[in-house]
Amino acid sequence: MLNIPKRKTKKKRLKRPQKKPEKLIDKDDTRLDGRKLNELRPVKIEVGILGNADGSAYIEQGKNKILAAVYGPKEVHPRHLARPDRAVLRCRYHMAPFSVDERKSPAPSRREVELSKVIREALEPSIFVEYYPRTSIDVFIEVLQADGGTRCAGITAASLALADAGIPMRDLVVACAAGKVDGCLVLDLMDVEDKGGEADVPLALMPNLNAITLLQMDGSLTIEEFEKAINLALEGCKQLYTLQKEALKSKYVAVKEAVEE
Amino acid sequence: MTPPPIVVRVKQKRIAELVSSGKRLDGRGLTDYREIQVEAGVIERAEGSSRVRLGKTEVMVGIKIEIGTPFPDVPNEGVIIVNAELVPLASPTFEPGPPNENAVELARIVDRGIRESKAIELEKLCVEPGKNVFIVFIDVYVLNHDGNLIDASAMAALAALLNTKMFNYELKEGEIKIKPGYTPLPIRNYPIAVTFAKINGKLIVDPWLEEEQVMDARLTMTLDKDGKICAIQKGGYGYFTTQQILEAAKITREKTEELRKIVVKG
Repeated sequence: MLNIPKRKTKKKRLKRPQKKPEKLIDKDDTRLDGRKLNELRPVKIEVGILGNADGSAYIEQGKNKILAAVYGPKEVHPRHLARPDRAVLRCRYHMAPFSVDERKSPAPSRREVELSKVIREALEPSIFVEYYPRTSIDVFIEVLQADGGTRCAGITAASLALADAGIPMRDLVVACAAGKVDGCLVLDLMDVEDKGGEADVPLALMPNLNAITLLQMDGSLTIEEFEKAINLALEGCKQLYTLQKEALKSKYVAVKEAVEE
Repeated sequence: MTPPPIVVRVKQKRIAELVSSGKRLDGRGLTDYREIQVEAGVIERAEGSSRVRLGKTEVMVGIKIEIGTPFPDVPNEGVIIVNAELVPLASPTFEPGPPNENAVELARIVDRGIRESKAIELEKLCVEPGKNVFIVFIDVYVLNHDGNLIDASAMAALAALLNTKMFNYELKEGEIKIKPGYTPLPIRNYPIAVTFAKINGKLIVDPWLEEEQVMDARLTMTLDKDGKICAIQKGGYGYFTTQQILEAAKITREKTEELRKIVVKG
């Protein structure tokens, strides 16, 4: 009889040395990474970087590295989900196991289920779904490295991927968070600020329509602070929108040049 | 999302027209809630429980308290776990199976309100730092779905927490022994959620099922007892303008005061 010993392993919680900074904001209003209160992290966006997808985009915002891909409009599987009058938009936000300090199980967490839903609802107002009845448009967002604000960066990238897939849209959707850290209202929170801060307000916007398509908040803010936070996030969205448009254009400028050569 | 049934499609125009003129199909004003009934202590086996009726919407919340290990980053705090079940008997559109995204979202909105307002004094739920703490399981059970599950669930969760009794215990040679008698769960804040639906560009409060089926978008704001915002969630496929959001914040401030008096008695 073949006797194969059972091999088992059990994961033990590693205590990673966590530097908990005493102060997140310096006296002269600089943040841990040297940013001012109303400054975005450095952003790099590329459009159309995946071969198989109908549309794709990659965004780096600070240490965040996020890929977004769009497949569709295509036939719906399973078929009973198809809608006779419009396309169904489906969205999956997912974090890679290696994207965070402690390995994240690849199975979808409750957080990811919720974010997939709110991201879908943030993107859908921008799409003319009624143009493609009986089809589905699938959006996949993979967070390769996370450092706070991944849902926002994911939306910014996913909207570009939708545009790259040639899907007719009312406007691009751009997202950015504002929040309160050490008593100051700040733009574009990174992970330590989100965890150590008092509040976080992610917001998505269609800038040309002045339409807010995603709004969440956790923490504690007075209504006056909340109003200021929204305005700050809107400012951030507008700055990102410029970068987003440039990224989209630069891909097609490259295509045009290649064609002309 | 399931498409609105045909009857609702027919009513859609009527609902939208009424809302534009400041009225609603069930006779309420735009910022009126349906009748609210809060019952506490409805399940004896649970450490805390409540049943909230919001019009025909009915939600039950049961609280169970157990002992477990704390999260490593907060070794001396208790743990809150919120789960929501959209039980099939509550609506023809609910199906058996693991919680779908609507259930997960509902649980997470309720969770965020309780967690971010620091409603439960989690530091007092520590038995042995890093080893044993109390885990507070908040189970939201939807019994009848007639719209606005979020507000009903948030109210029911708060009412159940206020009604929760923790068993007494003592530590004997590293073992936890349960002693007779109970103490109330330490609660220091009372988060209340107010949900808006946007129909025809107007905001209405406490949408019932048919209004939910025709609404463009949904917005929930949770305020704590000091009138500070502690959680927000936008839902639905439409959008809001900045003005609408700020208007909603103002209405929420008034409404939460009103609702809190109903849920938190005395």
